[in-house]
Amino acid sequence: MIKSVLLVGVVRVLRNIGHQVTRGIWRLGAGARLFMLTMIYSGESFRRFRMIVREIYFTGVMSLIIILVSGFFVGMVLGLQGYNTLQKYGSSDAIGVLVALSLVRELGPVVTALLFAGRAGTAITAEIGLMKATEQLSAMEMMAVSPIARVIAPRFWAGVIAMPLLAALFSMVGILGGYLVAVPLIGVDEGAFWSQMQANVDWQTDIVNGVIKSVVFGVACTMIALFEGYDAPPTAEGVSHATTRTVVTSSLAVLGLDFILTSFMINV
Amino acid sequence: MTSNIVEIDNLSFGYKGRMLHQGINMAFPRGKVIAIMGGSGSGKTTLLRLIGGQIKPSKGQVRVDGKVVHHQDRTGIYQLRRKMGMLFQHGALFTDLSVFENVAFPIREHTNLPESMIHDVVLMKLNAVGLRGAHKLMPTELSGGMARRVALARAIALDPAILMYDEPFAGLDPISMSVICDLIRTLNDALGATSIVVTHDVEETFSFADYVYFVANGVVAAEGTPDDLRNSDLPFVHQFVYGEKDGPVPFHYAAGDYAQDLLGFEG
Repeated sequence: MIKSVLLVGVVRVLRNIGHQVTRGIWRLGAGARLFMLTMIYSGESFRRFRMIVREIYFTGVMSLIIILVSGFFVGMVLGLQGYNTLQKYGSSDAIGVLVALSLVRELGPVVTALLFAGRAGTAITAEIGLMKATEQLSAMEMMAVSPIARVIAPRFWAGVIAMPLLAALFSMVGILGGYLVAVPLIGVDEGAFWSQMQANVDWQTDIVNGVIKSVVFGVACTMIALFEGYDAPPTAEGVSHATTRTVVTSSLAVLGLDFILTSFMINV
Repeated sequence: MTSNIVEIDNLSFGYKGRMLHQGINMAFPRGKVIAIMGGSGSGKTTLLRLIGGQIKPSKGQVRVDGKVVHHQDRTGIYQLRRKMGMLFQHGALFTDLSVFENVAFPIREHTNLPESMIHDVVLMKLNAVGLRGAHKLMPTELSGGMARRVALARAIALDPAILMYDEPFAGLDPISMSVICDLIRTLNDALGATSIVVTHDVEETFSFADYVYFVANGVVAAEGTPDDLRNSDLPFVHQFVYGEKDGPVPFHYAAGDYAQDLLGFEG
């Protein structure tokens, strides 16, 4: 009796695992398919660039406040922490480089992407999920208008364009925050702060690589948000789960991709 | 040109192992208003989706204007859909666009008309449903009945040959209901279109429909003019038309023995 109960339990666990795995693979395939369709229909949205500009306003401009404020605080904290450590080694002049490199190479793209997923990604998922639940996407289909061309593709390109711009602004404001803490507050030499930064931040290995990261994160976050919305069951519960998944999946994707990209960019 | 604009031949459709339709035959002659009636969950709305090519039949076929819908590629289906206008159950208006822009949407997508002409066409369509004065409002500012009329104006924006209505009366007050009833008939006759109305409201439907199909258990259970059906002695039709609580469609969902269910509680 106990044996058979145990067996049933084991079978159930195995079946669950199998179910989760096939579901995951299926969703990955469905996501890839949506991505391909988005690429195919992108031409149509670029011909009507005003639609993309409108979406850049919603995803990019509306995210500015959270991005700028966070960047400023992250920069100030970097200034404080950096100075605290660097002064032990007598190299507090290098604080400018430290702040700039941390932001441009890592924190700018990564933190912006995490905030972007929380601010713009969730909005995209909820909007598309609700458009689906209220049959707006079906209505579009029945009017012989492809929802992928009209709804998905413009939002995708808006996200991909907005992300690097937001990351650049994040780094800029962060450097300003670091400067305010290091120079006027702590009293690090202003000339050393800027000149060290200028001398040691490289165009290719630091800035271009940072931009590449933010573009990749932009593609990942926007596509995940779009897919979750498009794939959401058309119910209140379905949309709420999809929104949660957007944040979780995007965050994990960003951190995972960051490691992969960094390991390609740094020659050990 | 065949006399039927839409023909459904021996159509079967199902998903997840459950057959929703099993061998349905229907014909929709040009210029007529035809109602598809049946209880909730009998697959009436699915029929509209099959006609619109949003899903494919498991067996049989749907022909629109002589063309088999599921044999068309995407371009072919989109070409067929341009002949159709569909009114969704709750209107499905685009919530980020104003009433004017909602009606203008299909015109902007499919034509290159100058702005002045779009303006005139949109106001004419809105006038036809009595909402010209509401063109600046947003969908959230409309009542349920008004939203459905705007959606109707959008559905007729490109003068479709086929008008499909998915539960046009659901959740409407009696005044809005009779307004929509009236519009279905007058728009059909004014546009020279064919209307397919999916509904379960007997009285309203019988007042304007030319022909009625009853769908039950995946087949056409009965068909005829409203008068034929009123006088039908088929038990199902009688129960449906007169709204009787019990009959061939039982009040209780299929269940085991009542006493057994109550006594068999094991915690």
